[in-house]
Amino acid sequence: MNGLRYWYTENRGTIAAFGLFVLMFAIYLANYPSAISANVILTAANKAVLLALVAMAQALVVLTAGIDLSVGMMLVLTNCLASWLVAGDALHTALGIIGVLAAGALCGALNGVIIIYGRLQPIVTTIATGAVFYGLALLLRPVPGGAINDDLGDALTGKVAGVVPASLLILLAAVLIVWIPFQRSAIGRAAYAAGSSEPAAFLSGMPIRRAKFASYTAAGLLAALGGLFLTFFTDTGEASLGSANSYTLFSIAAVVIGGVSLLGGKGSAIGAIFGAFAFRSIGDLLFVFNVDALWQPLFQGVILLLAVTIGACGLFRVRNRLEWFE
Amino acid sequence: METAFFRMSGVSKSYGGALALERADLAVRRGRIHAILGENGAGKSTLLKVMSGVVQPDAGTMHLDGREVAFASPADANAAGIVCVYQELSLVPDLSVADNIFASNPPTRFGMIDRRAQRRQAAAALARAGAPDIDPLAKVRDLPLSRQQMVELAKGLAREPRILILDEATSALTAADVARVIDVLRRLRDEGLAILFISHRMHEVKALADECTVYRNGRHVTSFAAGTRSDTEVIEMMIGRTYQHAFPAKPARRLPAEPVLACRDLAWNDVLRGISFALKPGEILGLGGLDGQGQRELLLALFGVLRGCAGHIDIDGKAVSIASPAAARGARIGMALIPEDRKTEGLMLPMSVRENLSFAALDRMSAAGVIDRGRQQSCVDRMMELLAIKSAGVDVPVGSLSGGNQQKVVIAKWLIRQPRILLLSDPTRGIDVGTKQEIYQLLRRLADEGAAIVFHSTDYDELIGCCDRVLVLYEGRIKRELVGKEITEQNLIASALDLPVGQVSPSTGVAT
Repeated sequence: MNGLRYWYTENRGTIAAFGLFVLMFAIYLANYPSAISANVILTAANKAVLLALVAMAQALVVLTAGIDLSVGMMLVLTNCLASWLVAGDALHTALGIIGVLAAGALCGALNGVIIIYGRLQPIVTTIATGAVFYGLALLLRPVPGGAINDDLGDALTGKVAGVVPASLLILLAAVLIVWIPFQRSAIGRAAYAAGSSEPAAFLSGMPIRRAKFASYTAAGLLAALGGLFLTFFTDTGEASLGSANSYTLFSIAAVVIGGVSLLGGKGSAIGAIFGAFAFRSIGDLLFVFNVDALWQPLFQGVILLLAVTIGACGLFRVRNRLEWFE
Repeated sequence: METAFFRMSGVSKSYGGALALERADLAVRRGRIHAILGENGAGKSTLLKVMSGVVQPDAGTMHLDGREVAFASPADANAAGIVCVYQELSLVPDLSVADNIFASNPPTRFGMIDRRAQRRQAAAALARAGAPDIDPLAKVRDLPLSRQQMVELAKGLAREPRILILDEATSALTAADVARVIDVLRRLRDEGLAILFISHRMHEVKALADECTVYRNGRHVTSFAAGTRSDTEVIEMMIGRTYQHAFPAKPARRLPAEPVLACRDLAWNDVLRGISFALKPGEILGLGGLDGQGQRELLLALFGVLRGCAGHIDIDGKAVSIASPAAARGARIGMALIPEDRKTEGLMLPMSVRENLSFAALDRMSAAGVIDRGRQQSCVDRMMELLAIKSAGVDVPVGSLSGGNQQKVVIAKWLIRQPRILLLSDPTRGIDVGTKQEIYQLLRRLADEGAAIVFHSTDYDELIGCCDRVLVLYEGRIKRELVGKEITEQNLIASALDLPVGQVSPSTGVAT
């Protein structure tokens, strides 16, 4: 099965992340103190989906060999925005949601325009724009406050048909509406190509600029979707620098665990989602083993180190040392 | 004669202060194969880059099919039917062969890429380019260089060009591939395509071209029908001076009895098998054979790059194990390797000529870890003079030098260490005739001074002209050793194809 072998090589990172998550989640469920109910799954899903959305956003950018350090700030900004806009009757709520998503896409587009046309490095650009986004968030919510349409919040953080967490369905929708068309389109392939070898992509006449712009904009959109969810969970808007920074860093960790190469051109957002799920499971595992929450950052660090170490094990098999540097 | 399908007149282009093209003219007709000849730095590549929209000219006009055209990007030129197949591959390493072939115009269904159709069409394009053995689903990164170049050609053809440009597009191909590509190009010409190509291999030019145009120093020198000028005349036009002997004479002298380097039963993975040979000071030993038969790996194994090598290596008769390039270059062994790819393995392109010259010998020019500027300067000056490196100074980025001069820098940085054993991996690939000759002479001089040289080349003429002895590799083994008068094109080709020497007719595509 030649096709199968190529498929496997292509998706090895994603499969590994999926395996890691299944393993960790199985341990969690096996040690759960009381009976496992749909509610246990619901809580786990809601916590994981938030990071998964941000990780997808990060993956889109990392594929182009860029990095988005403003993704957590976009999340917080859209959270604050949502706490103002997504309220009132059905029409106002709907318009509010559209407004929040548009604001996120606009933030991402701004990153894209500066990086493409200003020819600035993504890392510097997004540090700067991230500070701007956070500043705006502070202006919107100097102190935590606001509220959200309760019916909608309950529905989207609840279960559909009594079993399936609604948040997972939203994540699935994000994959089907944003990721799949992106990956299968000429634009998405140009994004992969730009990440793998930008000169070659240019010489091949591929639409590099449009591809990068699409990646950054879609990243903003997904971050805004995350911001909306954050608001649904917390029912408030808070310009928290701590959570902005940790979402940014965790998104990079999730992407790495998910097998997306930080050098660009390799990996998929699906891998990043499972990377986020696995990373998120660390806290749950500590909980079921009664470990003090103080240990959480340390364990997250250890798991991340282990994940990248296992990923680098292939280097032992390399018998031509020049291949180390590729 | 019908009028030109594409005409370029008075085109100039300068980079920084350097004039790459000066009022250049070119006329291309349909159904003809047109060879562009000239030394490196003659402006050939710039000319083709202007044609294919990679760079924009400072002055001049282009007409395609009677209409004036200007291309802002490669995509523009593609749309007009001008497609360039590059020497420096324009393939994206992490995408599949099929994705690369249809990089800019994939077949789509409902707005998404139709992978099945793409795979089918890619297989067809590969077959048309003469490489049906390549799997469209394979990742480009995993293919050897010669296969990648065939993918590049298939990609060019898949765009259904009206003018096809080949920029040194055969430089990494195996002899069998070149023969197939020549057939493909002739067929395309007969179908009415206009083909332009640059090659440093004169036998390919002779086998293919209908007409030739020579450029020198950015100017059009002359155009003529193929076969109306002799090799010597053509080379004189290219280098602008009288062409004498390309290769320095091989001295007939007695070599010392003891080899400086000997290896026995060297093996690595399945790429090298049972390699045994000895090398004496003052000797130039060639490595020949088809591309990818283990020549490159043999040099890497000697230089301590490969892990898990079996077999023995003796230096001065004493067994050594060479664990790393740092060990190989040390005083006990005194080895240097001029790598195959100067841009990635030989040079730090954005750094200055001075720094690049110093990298291999920093330990020799520093005291207690601090670089002695004076000593560095004297080493750098010596090398700039010894190899006559043409550069706007030692502080310009090495990437701004021409290919030939870059290669000289790679060689010079190792000569500072005065190596006893010099390994060279295809050092003249893609560089101009003048610099090639300088390198041949330098190698002979180093050998006369007592260096032992292993010289891998894909160019048979070089092996014949330069080497005292040639080992022909085939599937990782030494298939044949040719000494002195035995080193002929016939024998080299026969052994490379694993045929009995003296029984092959010269119709393999490269022999004529």
